[in-house]
Amino acid sequence: MSGLRILVPVKRVIDYAVKPRVNRTQTGVDTNVKHSMNPFDELSIEEAVRLRERKTPVQEILAFSAGPAKSADIIRTAMAMGADRGIHVQCNEGEELEPLGVAKLLKKVVEGEKSDLVILGKQSIDDDAAQTGQMLAGLLGWSQATQASKVQIEGDSVTVVREVDGGVETLKAKLPMVITTDLRLNEPRYASLPNIMKAKKKPLEKKTLKDYGLDTAPRLKTVKVTEPPARKGGVKVDDVDGMISKLKELGAL
Amino acid sequence: MFSAARQSVLRQARIQLRRAQPSAIPQYSAIARLLSTLAVLEQRDGKLNVASLAAVTAGAKLGGSVTAFVAGSGVKAVADEAAKAKGIEKVIYVENSAYDRGLPENFAPLLVENIKKGGYTHVFAGHSAFGKNLMPRVAALMDTQQISDITHIESEDTFVRPIYAGNAILTVQSSDGTKIITVRGTAFPAPETEGGSAAVEEGVDPKAESTTEWVSEDLAKSDRPDLGSADKVVSGGRGLKSKEEFDRLMPPLADALGAAIGASRAAVDSGFADNSLQVGQTGKNVAPQLYLCAGISGAIQHLAGMKDSKVIAAINKDGDAPIFQVADVGLVGDLFEKVPELTEKLKSQ
Repeated sequence: MSGLRILVPVKRVIDYAVKPRVNRTQTGVDTNVKHSMNPFDELSIEEAVRLRERKTPVQEILAFSAGPAKSADIIRTAMAMGADRGIHVQCNEGEELEPLGVAKLLKKVVEGEKSDLVILGKQSIDDDAAQTGQMLAGLLGWSQATQASKVQIEGDSVTVVREVDGGVETLKAKLPMVITTDLRLNEPRYASLPNIMKAKKKPLEKKTLKDYGLDTAPRLKTVKVTEPPARKGGVKVDDVDGMISKLKELGAL
Repeated sequence: MFSAARQSVLRQARIQLRRAQPSAIPQYSAIARLLSTLAVLEQRDGKLNVASLAAVTAGAKLGGSVTAFVAGSGVKAVADEAAKAKGIEKVIYVENSAYDRGLPENFAPLLVENIKKGGYTHVFAGHSAFGKNLMPRVAALMDTQQISDITHIESEDTFVRPIYAGNAILTVQSSDGTKIITVRGTAFPAPETEGGSAAVEEGVDPKAESTTEWVSEDLAKSDRPDLGSADKVVSGGRGLKSKEEFDRLMPPLADALGAAIGASRAAVDSGFADNSLQVGQTGKNVAPQLYLCAGISGAIQHLAGMKDSKVIAAINKDGDAPIFQVADVGLVGDLFEKVPELTEKLKSQ
């Protein structure tokens, strides 16, 4: 094999440290706030780059994003972390994709780019759906390993340790496959200034949904988005006895 | 044929409506009769995972019939056990050791075959590691947009789920023919496991090969209640400073309360506690009667996993920590003094 062709899809989301606010019209959250790369996608890029650094033959690392014009910034960040090139499918207002739509789009990209390993985050922290990787694997008929905390590749054999309820399990599969990353997989690097400068020269291809000729019409309609019910402000107690008696009063003990 | 049946049921309902006083009840039950849910159950080593019955609860809330599904080796016994749970009309089982590990590469085609055969309108599974891994693959094979981690059912096609780590609540309406849904266990408590008498039937087995091979597993052994379904949870964070302190302070407190142990991401990342104990957006969601935490500041990602708890109690030395904004009972103080004192006083009661 001449080396892995790794596809790493990344998503631009509201920064994890920002507390999202529901907008007044109850149609969504206020998006006029700081955005960054979905934290799980940083882990995906990092893992792809580390595979190369661990001397696994890697032919190329392709960063991909579908989203508004500003998603290109996220692809640049991925390239500054070590991705070789990028593809940006620009979605205009009203062209928002659901996980199934993204999976269909990614299938086209995988076929067009002859990728043999796709590394995605286990979920995006905006929609919290945790679906895209599994859907892509299903559409391609490939093996999948979700919530990976360790990935080892030897030849075309891939061993993945994945996080499950109550512990971990180890799976083995052959390439091509889809892997989704969990928090414990690695510690993503910061993009250094020289690398950020270099990333500006790396190729970034612009596409539109039309180029792929897919029907990605949404299946789900947002009825409304509301604030979660606020918890009532509690009391502070002075000592342990106070805590115990208050907990008894609340029926928790 | 299906549409003919549908029409006749609707016609009946309409006749009934005309005859009797207009009332929403007969109409509702007529619609409910057309709904049929497949609830995907989990089993391990021939034992039913009771928490996975949350899918049955969701199906029962929707109305209509609920069929449960289970697959693996020796699952006839699991099917018989599940048949006793309340709210299930029928249990379908597929006996084949190839499904023991719930590998989605062969489990997804298996489910798709059985969903198509049964013509279900809804398929529910728990939003557990198993459900999260499997159901989106099923949804993709059926060309359906899955709805993840729902906390409430508004109607046959409208569901409620938290987004943005629980900072917003989304109500969403699906236009898909078959709705594929994962449910949050804490929002749909498992039904009684006695008193039901469902029929038990064998399902179809397409015998797809799995392209992945299960090698091994390493599960944390624990005699304590399961974190996801425990009545009480005690949870420790970065404030515990080390694994030694975590192990010295938290288990005795948990034992004094009969509680499960949880941890914040900071505690897990620092190696104080096992990954499987993490509570939060990227870990487990819990909603116990009592969530007692020590040394946890209350980052939004942590709150996402526990703010539906009935009563939250917090011990933290920083009086301005965000955890106190959600805690029903807050104690500002040094956890290294307060936690042992609390443990002693609870024990002596």
